[in-house]
Amino acid sequence: MAKRWRALLFCAALGVAQAGETDVVLDQRLNHVAEQLRCLVCQNQSIADSHAQLALDLKREARQQLAEGRSEQEVIDFMVQRYGDFVLYRPPFKSVTWALWLGPFLLLAIGLAALLYNVRRWDQQAEALEEQA
Amino acid sequence: MKRYILPLGGFAVLLVFLGVGLRLKPQEIPSPLIGKPAPEFTLTQVEDVRNVFHSRDMRGKVWILNVWASWCGPCRAEHPALLELSRLAVAPVVGLNYNDLRGDSQRWLKEFGNPYQVAAFDGDGTTGIEFGVYGVPETFVIDKQGLIRLKLTGPVTSEQVRDKLVPLVRELNHG
Repeated sequence: MAKRWRALLFCAALGVAQAGETDVVLDQRLNHVAEQLRCLVCQNQSIADSHAQLALDLKREARQQLAEGRSEQEVIDFMVQRYGDFVLYRPPFKSVTWALWLGPFLLLAIGLAALLYNVRRWDQQAEALEEQA
Repeated sequence: MKRYILPLGGFAVLLVFLGVGLRLKPQEIPSPLIGKPAPEFTLTQVEDVRNVFHSRDMRGKVWILNVWASWCGPCRAEHPALLELSRLAVAPVVGLNYNDLRGDSQRWLKEFGNPYQVAAFDGDGTTGIEFGVYGVPETFVIDKQGLIRLKLTGPVTSEQVRDKLVPLVRELNHG
């Protein structure tokens, strides 16, 4: 009798441990999704960082969808369909955002070119002065 | 003189960018749902749990969906404009009571007047998420085919009712 009880307890414990493990995995996946989504009422936070009501609601929705077996990308697509690209914390690279992504590098290149041009000119001026001297 | 042109030009460009930046409203996020079918929903009504509202019953009509909550200050600000819109009776105004407590919203409607033909109760905001609601109040115009034609974010003013909502609803009704 006692043996049977022990077996039952063991099984129950195993069940709890397993549920705990899937919860941890689910939390990790949720976090991974939440970090990529912008909280639209507190725009410089992701919904993972935010405690705004909207962020909590979106996390609840994402959690539910992940638990139902949807992939992380499917959950993100769901949000983009309803909230637009703006909900993505990392804006996608497309025709309207190329200036955003490439602009800084373009400015850097212009700056470097200007610097190079001026340094050369100063060199030439210095040489000209030396020749005069 | 010539050496000042480049820095001054750069400064002018910077000023233009900053000036444009000041006019942008980052709170107003364009909805990707414009021109797309409005999500269908079935919810109980605020006043009575036993009455159910199906959004598909609105097919063939131009209608206005106003998302509001009793805890939302700006909703109080737009309330007179909504009452006016409802009085004009150009289109049915349906309320979506977002993230709210039924008792609170019932009290609100009693106290301030009910501009809605139907007020649907979305207590946990799930339907709001379907509509991409991120701040209340928000107002949608939905056409006869069930497509979202306009979204206003923030409190509706009587100017917006007169200059935007009413003309658009009339146009859609004739089309």
